[in-house]
Formats: sequence, C-alpha cells, structure tokens
Amino acid sequence: MDHFLSEDQQAIVDLAKQISREMIVPKRVYYDETEEYPLDIVETLAKSDFFALFVPEEFGGLGGSCYDLVLALEQIGHGCVGIATAYAASALGTYPIIVGGSQELKEKYLPKVATGELRAAFGLTESNAGSDAGGIQTTAVLDGDEWVLNGTKQWITNGGQAHIYTIIAITDPHKGARGASMFIVEADDPGFSCGPKEKKMGIRCSATTELIMKDCRIPKDRIIGRRGTGFITVMKTLDKSRPGIASLGVGLAQAALDEAASYAKTRYQFGKPIISFQAVQHLLADMAIETEAARALLYVAARHIDAHPKDMSKGSAMCKVKATDVAMKVTTDAVQVLAGYGFMREYPVEKMMRDAKILQIYEGTNQIQRNVIGQELNKEYTK
Amino acid sequence: MNIVVCIKQVPDAKDVRLDPETNTLSREGVKSVINPYDRHAMEEGVRLKEEFGGKVTVVSMGPPQARAILEEAISCGADDAILVSDRAFAGADTLATTYTLSQAIKKIGAVDLVICGKQATDGDTAQVGPGLAVRLDMAYVTCVQQVSTVTDKVVVLERMMDDGYDEVEVELPALLTVVKEVNTPRFPSIRGLRKARVADIPSYTAEDIGADVAMLGLGGSPTQVVKVFPPEPKGDRTILTGSVDEIAEKLAEIFRESSIGG
Amino acid sequence: MLIIDTDACIGCGLCEDNCPFDAIHVEEGKAVVGDECTLCGACIDHCEVDALTIDKEEVAGIDLDAWSGVWVYAEYRNGRIAPVTHELLGVGTDLAKKRGVKLAAVLLCESAGDVPAELIASGADIVYTVEDPALKDFTDDAYGHALEDLALKYKPEIILAGATAIGRSFIPMVATTLGTGLTADCTSLEIGDDGHLHQTRPAFGGNIMATIMCPNHRPQMSTVRPMVMQANESDASRTGEVISETIAPERLISRCRVVKSVYTESNQVNITEADVVVSGGRGLETAEGFRLVEELADLLGGAVGATRAAVDADWIGYPHQVGQTGKTVASKLYVACGISGAIQHVIGMKSSETIVAINRDEKATIFDIADYGVVGDLFEILPAVIEKLKK
Repeated sequence: MDHFLSEDQQAIVDLAKQISREMIVPKRVYYDETEEYPLDIVETLAKSDFFALFVPEEFGGLGGSCYDLVLALEQIGHGCVGIATAYAASALGTYPIIVGGSQELKEKYLPKVATGELRAAFGLTESNAGSDAGGIQTTAVLDGDEWVLNGTKQWITNGGQAHIYTIIAITDPHKGARGASMFIVEADDPGFSCGPKEKKMGIRCSATTELIMKDCRIPKDRIIGRRGTGFITVMKTLDKSRPGIASLGVGLAQAALDEAASYAKTRYQFGKPIISFQAVQHLLADMAIETEAARALLYVAARHIDAHPKDMSKGSAMCKVKATDVAMKVTTDAVQVLAGYGFMREYPVEKMMRDAKILQIYEGTNQIQRNVIGQELNKEYTK
Repeated sequence: MNIVVCIKQVPDAKDVRLDPETNTLSREGVKSVINPYDRHAMEEGVRLKEEFGGKVTVVSMGPPQARAILEEAISCGADDAILVSDRAFAGADTLATTYTLSQAIKKIGAVDLVICGKQATDGDTAQVGPGLAVRLDMAYVTCVQQVSTVTDKVVVLERMMDDGYDEVEVELPALLTVVKEVNTPRFPSIRGLRKARVADIPSYTAEDIGADVAMLGLGGSPTQVVKVFPPEPKGDRTILTGSVDEIAEKLAEIFRESSIGG
Repeated sequence: MLIIDTDACIGCGLCEDNCPFDAIHVEEGKAVVGDECTLCGACIDHCEVDALTIDKEEVAGIDLDAWSGVWVYAEYRNGRIAPVTHELLGVGTDLAKKRGVKLAAVLLCESAGDVPAELIASGADIVYTVEDPALKDFTDDAYGHALEDLALKYKPEIILAGATAIGRSFIPMVATTLGTGLTADCTSLEIGDDGHLHQTRPAFGGNIMATIMCPNHRPQMSTVRPMVMQANESDASRTGEVISETIAPERLISRCRVVKSVYTESNQVNITEADVVVSGGRGLETAEGFRLVEELADLLGGAVGATRAAVDADWIGYPHQVGQTGKTVASKLYVACGISGAIQHVIGMKSSETIVAINRDEKATIFDIADYGVVGDLFEILPAVIEKLKK
C-alpha cells in the first residue's frame, strides 16, 4: 500500500532495500550458520550513512527522525533480523547519550557514532533484573575524580563488538527509583570485559555477551545526565527504540509472506499450484492483512513520535507488541505454507521463525509493553 | 589530485536480444544501467580521492537520459558530474568517441588521473581508454587490477595480463582502465542521494567543447557497421539416454573425439 | 543526422516500432527524431516510403592504393610466441592471397632469436623485427610508437593483432595515432567483393553479431579473438625475408616502467587457450564434489573452468571463472557439469565448438546451447566416465 513517502524517504527505503537484496540476503545463511558478527555488512551500512540516521544533525547525523529509521530498519530486517539487530543495537546504545547526555558527551561521542567509527551497546539487563529493572545490582561509587563500577550485565547485544557501552548502575541504593544512574563505559576502560558469545535460538550472528565490571574505573564526567536519573533515561531510551523493534517485525513478516506466496505459486500438488487452494489462500490472506495492519500502526506511531516527542510511550509500546506478535504468527504460518520444505534449513522460513521469537522478548517483553499501555490508559482516563 | 572518471550508460546485457524477424535490437524490458566496469572505475576514483585527497569529476557522453547514471555517481561519492550530449555525437565509433571525450576533459582543466572501465558491455571494444589517453597525451595502463601507491608524480599498480600480472609504475598524468578485481564498488550513501537530487549537472554540447564537427559522430567515424545479425543457432542437441554405464560410454567416446579430433 | 523527408513520411509508425533506442516518434502524423538517436539505421531499414536518410558527409578519402600488404602483430612475451599469432598468420594467409599481396609479421622484442623463422614457417612472407632493450617489457607507448612508425613507413592495408591483454591494450593507441578504424575481438575476417576487409564480431555479450568495415581509411585494423582462426600447418621449408628495423630511441621512451612480471599461470593450462575445458557449477555441491571436475579435466588434458557460484564458494580460484565477470573461452570441447546455464556464464563459453552439459534438472537452460546433454546425477555419471577414460 502507498504510504505517500517523501522523495527522501523513498530514497532511504530504496537504498536499504538494495543493500538488503544485494548484500544481506546472499550472506544471511552464512552468518546464521557460523554465528559470526556481520562486520562487513555493518561497515557497509555505516559507509552508506545508516548510522547517521539516528544521530541529530548538530552532531554530524541526519536528523534522527523516528520515521526515517523505521523505514530503513524495516528493509534491513526484511533481509535478516540478526544482521538488523547488530545494526540497531548501536542506536539503542546511543539513545541514552542523545536523551540524557551533556553537550560535552554528545560532542565527544555522537559524531563518531554517526560515521560508524564507534559502535554502541546498551547495558541494562542482569541475571536478577530483566523486566524488573528495580533488581539491578551493578553499583557505581564515586572515588575522587572517578566512578568505580562493579557488577555483571547479561545478554547484552553488541557485547564485544561495541566500542562504547551505556550502562545503568545503582549509585544510591537507598533512594529507590532515584538511586540509579547511567554511565558511558569504553571498551578499553580498565576493569571492563565481555564474556563469551551466547548460543541463541535465532538472530545468531548478532553478538550477545555478558559485560563484566570489576573495579572498572571511568572518569567522573562519563555519567549521563544528573546522578539519579538513570531510570528515567532508560525509560526514554526504550520508548525511542521500540519502534525500531517493531520495524524488524514488519520487515520480517513481509519477508515471510513474500517467501510463502512465491512458493505457493510454484509448488504444484494435485496438478495445481497450491496458491489456488482456498486453505492456502486464507492463510496467505491473513498473513497479508496482519502485516499491513502492523505496518500501518508502526508508521502512524513513528509519525506521532516525530511530532510529539514527549508523548511516545503508548504508541511505541503498541506498535512493538503488534508488529512482533504478527511477525511470530506470520513466520510460523510461512513455515506451514512451505510445510516439509519450510522445516528444512535449505529454505529461509525456518530461520525467519527462529528469528521472530526474540522480537517478542527483547527491549521489554510484550507482556511488559502491555503493562506500559495499561498504565498509559489508566493515566488517560483519570484526567 | 584532480581525477576524472568516464562512465557510460549501457543496456543491461542480459536483456538485450536481436529480434530474429526484424533483425533489430529488441528494446522491450531492457533497462539502462551504468556499465558494470565503470562502477569499479568510479569506486577507484572515489577511493583514491579519500585516501590521497582531491576531487572526482564524472563524465559521460550519451543521450540526455544518461544524466541518471551521473546522479548515481554523485550518490556514490563523486564530487561533480558532466554530461556530454549533442545530436552531433550520434553514431560515433571509438575514434570519434575518444575525440569527443578528450575535448570535454580538456575543458575541465588540468587533470592528473583519468579512470575508465576496461570496456563497456554493449560494444566490448576496450578501445576508448587507450584512445582517450593518446588524445590527452597521457601515459596509460589497461586492465589495472590493483592501485598500490599514488604520489604527485607516479602511480604504482598491477596490470592484469593473460599469464599473470605486471607491477607497473606510471608517470602522472595518466589514464587507467580498471578490471573488476580492482575493488568492490560501494553502495550509494543517504547523503550522496540527497546531494544527487539537487546536483547541478551541466550538459556540454559540441560547441561547448570546441569540437571540429567533422570529427564527431558518424561522420568522424572511420568504421561503419554494415550488417547486424543474430549468432548462428546451435544445431540440434542430442540428449543421451540409457543406463549410467551406457551414458558414460557414449560420453567417453564424445570426449575422445572432440578433444583429440579437433 | 537523421533526415526525415516530411513530404514522403506517411506517419505509419514503423520507424517508431523498430527503433531500439526509443528515439523516433510519430507526432501529428510525421516522424520526429529525438536526442536519443544513435544513427543505428534500424528505422531506415523499415521505412517503406524511403522517408528517412542518414546525412553523412563523404570523407575526403585518402589514397587507398598507397596502402598495401597484410600485417600480423607477432605477440611475444616471456620467451613465447602467443598461440594467437599463428592463428593470425593462418587467416592472414587467406586475406593476403585474396588481395594478391604479401603477408608480413611484426616482431617487437629485446632479442628475436629463432622467432622469425617460426613465423615464416607459420606463413609469414616477411618478418619485420625491431630488437631493442627498451622492448624487453611490454609498455603501451614504446610498443605503440614502434608499430606506428613501421606502419607509416611501409603503409600496410591491414593490421591484425590478437585480442589478448597486450593486443587489446596497445593496438587502440596505434589506431588512434594513425586516425583509422579498429574493430575489436573479431571472430571472422573476409575480403569482400569491394576489396575491403569485412570484420565480424560479437556485441552485447554475444547476443548479436555485427559486421564492420573501414572503407575510407587505412590501415584497416582488427584485434582477433584467440582460438577462433585456424593456424597453418607449420612448414619449416618455407622461406621468407627478415627485415631488421631500428626505431628512433626517443620513440621507445616509455612513461611506464614494468617493475616486475609475475607469471601465475605459467605452470597450468590457461583456460582461454585450452582446447578442452571442464567446468563445474553449484551442482557439484561441495569442494570435494568439485574434485571430480578436476579429475575429468586432467584425464582429458584440459583446463578447469568454473561458474561464479563455484568460485564464490571457494572450490577453486578466480582465474578459473568463466563468464561475464570472468574469462571468455572458445574451446573445442566444453563440458558443463552441474551448471544451470545462467546468461552470465553462457556469455563466456557459448562460442565453444562442442558443448556437453550434465545436469540433474532437465529444464536447465544450459541444455539450450548444448550439443550433447545428459539429464542425471553427476555423482553417478562423472565417476563412471572417469573410469571409462582411465581404461
């Protein structure tokens, strides 16, 4: 369907599509099987300005419009959600600096993020703190001119591949929600290290590791915003990043639909292409309806966020839930359309189904998203 | 360093067919693209500029639609683009083409390095690069597979030969034609695409480049195409059938005959 | 310019339908030509009322009779005459006979040794040799100036060279300085009844053949595709004249310097020169599968070729790649194993004499251009053939 994109947006879509088709699709099986980090593709995306897309213009970026990024991520996710995650994780890791960082920190880091020279990662999750961010145990203590960080982050995307890590740690344990702060840790800071790469069900090429901080010392000015604003920065960051995950869901669902429909046209049973059977048609029709609906909600949410940056929680949570649930359903149905072939690793849909699952989990499970939406509704109807 | 890259718009080779009834090129569904070798020439120009400084100007001789490939060149990192377009250029063979291009390049001013693709996939002559170098009085090297060093005086590079390669040092100004091994062309960038959309691409006519009309187009071309025809079709093919052993026996016989007999 | 006689034009639109470049359109009942016109002449051929003409000023022709004789550039590198040289002497013999002139070979090198005798045995009546240390390594300007100076001195009507890396590099320079036409990569050469050289070559990756002439300029120059022309039987009893020439030293100063030459394929058969090429594609499935192709090539004394897919999979190196982004071969026997026949590959091998295709998929397009096809499992058929050939 025509979403009346501007000439510039269409150019971004076309370019992302070209890179996806010519570079990502031919390599996605290799990267899925070897679980290698797709450095060449990430560097290609950087050279083509995709890392500038989420950085504000005054810091060497292209403006940071949510809609532009969503359009790009959809096409990259259409090619491979694992590779797209390796790219998008830098946006997630950079957002805390954009939403909460000082002018000095922004000037120091953002221009290099925009060129791709620096890749970023976001460190929130710990073994006892997932959906409940209140369970964070990593601590940061001010010692003279330095912060000293101790603790371990778990399942951090881009671990070992990023150059800068935005990490939340408890600075004042007794202050509850106001007791956490965010910091920028550089990969070569003393006392900082990454664990081995985790073995995952899907998005296998994206690097997922522990981040280990053992008396990790960083300069005092690496704190993002004021002391005690960590949770607020995290919430703003996730509000901003969730449409990106939704984009991966829409791109993935579309890719699965494309595979299923073209297969159904060429697969003959009972002397006819299986697309001529109503049972298959209905399956495909539902896949198409859901994908278009998810995309429509995503684009509306993205435009809303660009126009109303202070009111993004509900829209961003809604499009994340919808698009990623759709991606799970559509990829599962795509495997069903391809049936036995769909189950074989020779065909791309089983990987799509494996990749879909994480979308419902990371950057806030879809259950947590519904909590966010519920709380927003509660606020709205109190007025 | 002032670098000029020459590019050409060609029909996508895999789409081109001769209509067997009319004996003319069938244009149906034929896309126009940048000559594949020229992508590598563009990339090499931009790469050298990024490494050694300077400016890349892309030049294309062709009909007005060739503007599309010049915009693409800008989106991939070229600084400037010039279209060389005039009805008077039509029907040019390689001799007339090199004259026209050389006149256009002379108008740009002092050029240190000209880079061309090894050949264009429509004509496959590989003659424009060397001819252009002669007209610009430049040293040249064809089939460059790697450019190692560039100084203000020389370029050190590898020239692909049939039996290996030569390491060659060539004095500047020089013209290089490149093969696909020389680099991997980049994709456009978002900034490049924005720049291309508003780029001012001048179009030079025969008059603009101060050309002698007698040396242009069909009139300036010593060669003439007198006939175009489809290649001879293959004779009837034989599909070998039978057991694996029988097929193997027949194949062995064919192999012995055609490899020794011919 | 394309001239449209608007009185004669009836606006039928045949020209529009047949223009390959979408350059001519009927507007208000008359044909109008746009800037896209390349003067290819397709419209003129189709116009039934002779309303179209190409206006070409007649070139003040040079004195064609002043140019006489057929020349072959004898390519000599790394102590070896390029095989195409003998093929050029073969076709050159026919052309010279038809024109009633002598066939000469031009040898540029550091030291000629026995090479002139070999060239005479292959059909040359005269061998012009230039021996100079400056010609030790190939450089375009030194070789180009030498050939240019000789051509201006002796005025041959035809100069042929191999369409090799060297021939295709410096011959265009000579044609440009002589201001004459050059036709690249010819696959057929004939003297027409008009006495001119008719040069036929493939264009658009071999989808079209074009015959090209150079009627008003001399010399007529061609580079000729290797492996297409027939060499003469070498005859050691033939006699001929060897003329040693000297080129002014300043003409042999090159702006290029060859630092070193690396011969990567000296120990193997070069696939572009091989009589037999056995090629493998994706259908071989693995690097081990690909070894079958190598074994068969070895048994047939041939070279190994590959599709881009096989090269990309690292089953074999790039020098073996055949096709649009690889090499073009014209072998006597081409065996395509597990190759589907994508146009990008076919472009590089379809001028081979006998093509044998083995593929599991009977619909594979490779069978369209094959002389012999086998629909079946490579892993059964190849070992069986190898077994038979070993006996």
